[in-house]
Amino acid sequence: MVQRVLLILAVLLAALPAAARTVTDSAGRTVEVPDSVGRVFAAGPPASVLVYVLKPEALLGWPRALRAEERPYVAEPYRDLPETGRLTGRGGDANLELVLALKPDVIVDFGSVRDTYVSLADRVQAQTGIPYLLFDGRFESTAASLRAAGAALGVADRGEALARDVEASFAGLDAALAEIPEAQRPRVYLARGPDGLETGLKGSINTEIIERAGGRNVADPGDGRRGLVQASLEQVIVADPDTIVTWDRNFYRAVRTDPLWAGIAAVKRGRVYLSPTAPFGWIDRPPSLNRLMGLKWLAGLFYPERFPSDLRTQVRTFYSTYYHVNLDGPAIDRLIEWADGRAP
Amino acid sequence: MGRRAGALTGPGAMRSPGAVAILALLLAAAVPAAMLVGPYPLTLAQVLAAVAARLSGSATIGDSVDTVVFAIRLPRVAAALLVGGALAAAGTCYQTLFRNPLVSPDILGVSAGAGLGAVLGIFLSLPVAAIQGMAFAGGLACVALVAAVAAAVRGRDPILVLVLAGVVVGALAGAATSLLKVLADPYDQLPAITFWLLGSLASIRAGDLVPALPAVAVGLVPLVLLRWRINVLALGDDEARALGVEVRRLRAGVILCATLVTASVVAIAGVVGWVGLVIPHVARMLVGPGFGRLLPVAALLGALYMLVVDTLARSIGTAEVPLGILTAAIGAPFFLWLLARGRRSWS
Repeated sequence: MVQRVLLILAVLLAALPAAARTVTDSAGRTVEVPDSVGRVFAAGPPASVLVYVLKPEALLGWPRALRAEERPYVAEPYRDLPETGRLTGRGGDANLELVLALKPDVIVDFGSVRDTYVSLADRVQAQTGIPYLLFDGRFESTAASLRAAGAALGVADRGEALARDVEASFAGLDAALAEIPEAQRPRVYLARGPDGLETGLKGSINTEIIERAGGRNVADPGDGRRGLVQASLEQVIVADPDTIVTWDRNFYRAVRTDPLWAGIAAVKRGRVYLSPTAPFGWIDRPPSLNRLMGLKWLAGLFYPERFPSDLRTQVRTFYSTYYHVNLDGPAIDRLIEWADGRAP
Repeated sequence: MGRRAGALTGPGAMRSPGAVAILALLLAAAVPAAMLVGPYPLTLAQVLAAVAARLSGSATIGDSVDTVVFAIRLPRVAAALLVGGALAAAGTCYQTLFRNPLVSPDILGVSAGAGLGAVLGIFLSLPVAAIQGMAFAGGLACVALVAAVAAAVRGRDPILVLVLAGVVVGALAGAATSLLKVLADPYDQLPAITFWLLGSLASIRAGDLVPALPAVAVGLVPLVLLRWRINVLALGDDEARALGVEVRRLRAGVILCATLVTASVVAIAGVVGWVGLVIPHVARMLVGPGFGRLLPVAALLGALYMLVVDTLARSIGTAEVPLGILTAAIGAPFFLWLLARGRRSWS
């Protein structure tokens, strides 16, 4: 009899999921997460960068397969991870059945923690039974999100180390920027789209890197509105930015010889900069941890005398610390040339 | 379908030369006014000085005032006139051709095709000129497909077949556009696609007008020359045939011309709805349904309307307001008002 009871107990125990613990995400949701997290589904491109940086071996796939020019900058085993689509953002195309078939221990989302995304997280979690963790993707929350996500994925030490690195680089920036009055900071226009006439208003997640690096976004409506907007050339002429940053190669090629842009201070002074986008964009695309690289780059461009460190060294360190790749000389050269306006 | 344009002069209609003269005067006043409105503050004196400098050859390249006046606002004003006039003219043609007041230039899928072409161009990260070329080609291709389907289906009401084929091909192009939106990079291409599909003249430049202007002219001239025959077409196929008009060929010619006109402007301005639907109505209220007098009045009215809307688009907010949003916000209530007014402006 006792044996039979023990047997039943044993069967019941085996049927239970692996020992679980409770994690609180950035939205304040408390979620039961298995003790060891070995398989993570990234809900969108920003989350895929977060998971790849923290625990690449747990990443089940990329929302979009890597392009040829991006592959060398991702560590070998993870270049060929399958394409899984995205659950969030504009137009989710990941199939929930496909998500289930991948048997993830958790789904991780990184970005906005507005109500839409919170309710999406709740819905997907209720429907699939897979714990869904939502972390805040804004710059000011980066360190906190790294710690929380690191703990949730079982890599608390790595999360802590990276969070400290982020805090140190933010603190370094803040210390240097404290001495620079607002009026002396560069006036920056972030040009998006093939004609460069798409931009993000001040405070948008797409452009917050400008202020973080000590610039002033010229697209400032002054009423707290955010998001991507269409601008006109006339508005750019009125704003007269002294620095233009873009990652669009078509626009970058065209702008320096375009007579219409010729009168703009940034073009006159040759201060138009092209951001590399391999494996992820330096300033955006997606808005995730990859922007930390762009932060170093932009701060150096804005204040060369205050942040004189060598871009090569920064690239090598950042890519090895965050992206798990030890770049060889030519690979670094290509990125430096790219940041210098000669895209591959 | 089927409502006929009986009387060629509407009740109480204005005399057409009078309407044309008044509209031309209004346009002549609106163009200089629009040149003064925009985010870059310009006074009349500055504009006149810039014009004088250009005329005397003493303008400095790269001077901000000169750039704004000649490279930004002038092309933009010209583009607004061209786009508005072309869409209204094309809408008038289609409404007369299909004998239906609810028809807009998109009826045969030209906007859907142009949208697909442009979205494909953005998706492939092509330069702006190539995106415009793809939009133009897409618009023409879509209508060609519709025409081919209509030509293949014989023995049915040809107009019904054309409209249905237009709906089907347009929906197909719309689905393909949506597919590309799903596949597009959400941080890079998707915003560009969204803005393109809403229409804007924010990035227009003189160079864009160089191919568009002759293409619109090539389309418009035959329409003007054939205006009396097109008028007869509005009576119905049998009546037109009885009056000695070759219905099939004429219809094909009108579709070709109106499509060329629409595709040329959609390629540079994006998808701008409502203009081609509402403006012909207003023109019809002014001068009645006769196509000969309707066409110039609608074109002038469309040009004026688009000039006003585009001037609003660049001045009411800190960011550009997409044209498609403004034309819908103005056009939809106006259209409802027309309906509620209940006057049968068509016949």
